[in-house]
Amino acid sequence: MDQFTLNLLFVGATFALYIGIALWARAGSTAEFYAAGRGVHPVLNGMATGADWMSAASFISMAGIISFGGYDTSAYLMGWTGGYVLLAMLLAPYLRKFGKFTVPEFIGDRFYSPTARIVAVICLITASVTYVIGQMTGVGVAFSRFLEVSNSTGLLIGAAIVFMYSVLGGMKGITYTQVAQYVVLIIAYTIPAIFISLHLTGNPVPALGLFSDATATGQPLLETLEGLLADLGFKSYTEQHDTTLNLFLFTVSLMIGTAGLPHVIVRFFTVPTVADARSSAGWALVFIALLYLTAPAVGAMARVNLINTVYPDGVASTPVAYDERPDWMVNWEKTGLLTFDDKNGDGNIQYVNGDANELTVNRDIITLANPEIADLPGWVIALVAAGGLAAALSTAAGLLMAISSAVAHDLIKAQINPGISEKNELLAARISMGVAIVVATYLGLNPPGFAAQTVALAFGLAASSIFPALMMGIFSKRINNKGAVAGMLAGLIVTLIYIFLHKGWFFVPGTNAFTDAEPLLLSIKSTSFGAVGAMINFIVAFAVSRATDEPPAEIQELVESIRIPRGAGQAVDH
Amino acid sequence: MAENSENNAYWSANLRIIGVSLVIWFVCSFGFGILLRPALAGIKIGGTDLGFWFAQQGSILVFLVLIFAYAWRMNKLDREHGVEE
Repeated sequence: MDQFTLNLLFVGATFALYIGIALWARAGSTAEFYAAGRGVHPVLNGMATGADWMSAASFISMAGIISFGGYDTSAYLMGWTGGYVLLAMLLAPYLRKFGKFTVPEFIGDRFYSPTARIVAVICLITASVTYVIGQMTGVGVAFSRFLEVSNSTGLLIGAAIVFMYSVLGGMKGITYTQVAQYVVLIIAYTIPAIFISLHLTGNPVPALGLFSDATATGQPLLETLEGLLADLGFKSYTEQHDTTLNLFLFTVSLMIGTAGLPHVIVRFFTVPTVADARSSAGWALVFIALLYLTAPAVGAMARVNLINTVYPDGVASTPVAYDERPDWMVNWEKTGLLTFDDKNGDGNIQYVNGDANELTVNRDIITLANPEIADLPGWVIALVAAGGLAAALSTAAGLLMAISSAVAHDLIKAQINPGISEKNELLAARISMGVAIVVATYLGLNPPGFAAQTVALAFGLAASSIFPALMMGIFSKRINNKGAVAGMLAGLIVTLIYIFLHKGWFFVPGTNAFTDAEPLLLSIKSTSFGAVGAMINFIVAFAVSRATDEPPAEIQELVESIRIPRGAGQAVDH
Repeated sequence: MAENSENNAYWSANLRIIGVSLVIWFVCSFGFGILLRPALAGIKIGGTDLGFWFAQQGSILVFLVLIFAYAWRMNKLDREHGVEE
């Protein structure tokens, strides 16, 4: 069977599975549409959260980022997992007890302020829409590389699938599809990693292989890699190159951004009890850690494999001739993500640091090309294709869910038509979901120039506005409406200005006054500023609340009640 | 008011548990992985130093233990204070 048929078979089978689940898990009420009827088992919810959280960025890009960034990129590993500790202890149980449907709803009720709710909706929609563009382009890339259709056709097929199960099933359909997508993506991620780890170190567990001896040299794998990189003039893999300040703040920003992303938080509204919300965060991290403990191994091993491919006789000998390059290089050259420029005209591929380098490898292809680099069988490559699509589609669905519930529940029901019947609200939620998918597809087909910068934006917004507001709403009875709104706006605006100063106003190229290489404040890059924005939010909210009246008695009682687990079940049908 | 003081005691106990957990959370990620890495440079593991291991793997393993320990401890606390569901 040729590679194309295999890819088609694997991707087709997984898609049939997702559609089957969609037909089985249709939503009949708003409680099912927004919160899957609050009947999801904590372990299954953990799995769904894993798929929801691990996006095209985690599956496709992260190993590549680590591969070329080394130690400094540990910020992603610690940040994107450490946030779950904050979720489990500071947010999830109390928001589950609160027992409503959306994040802006909590902010609006706790701070008895429609303005606060609107600010939260704006943050949520901006963060989610920017994030979803990346997922849609990821779907397009995976389709075009593996199924030989154009980028746009691939994107349209992906959008149609998401449309089917999310509009029909809402949170219920999305939850059970995400469980299936998690299984597909984790198998797809670990199988090639196990093969590669066995090949390089003889250890079948990639996470352990990373710290084992390389079979070829008898030296530890990381020392072998350091030796190869040093010989070719590349920077060290295990040393720190970023400043400690920026590394620290970047990790903080990713952590509190993770805890503040609405599409992750709402997943904890779907479990039956407060105790389930706590343990479910743990299960989510178990399923996420399976991939995140493997990713740094994939990164380091892919770098070793890449160098060995270019220098089959060792880095001191002549590199491979361009005419004799392996098939995977030929395949990826077609996508433009891998390029060769024979500067010295000797017909060989020089891969070194500096001007003499002739090979450019886009870091996003590392995970997808990994099985080909390691010369693994065709079905593994097909599996990785299906896994990449599962990662992108599951995150896209979660984001679209967050957007549509914000529109239907926080805008239409809360602001425009409070008397709306449940049946009509459900219809409104389905229509908003449909519109959100159309908008996301359009933006995926015509990605704005700033698509690559959006991670900074999404995490910056979540870290500087949503996380502090939620945390203060739970842990302080003294923060009032004025304090919360002032804090959120201050954190949000300062963070936005800082990002725009470095990335251009509204991401228009050339309008930036500073660059991340030489930032405005000390060595704080725009991607790390969410942590500072959050500090500003906390300080302003406290100061303004102190200077104004304390919240009314019923709000203080609300805070008391969300701190106590008893009674969460009764909040289901409100 | 009896219920109120019971609830306050429950909340203070929760805050203590969170405080201890977050100290461990901070030390094992920001501490060992970033700020204290130079101090741990002498301890070697698998071809590199302990700080590198904490930054890439150790911190994640600690996070896992922390969440499950917290969930277990809080279930116990819920029962002790009679606020479980």
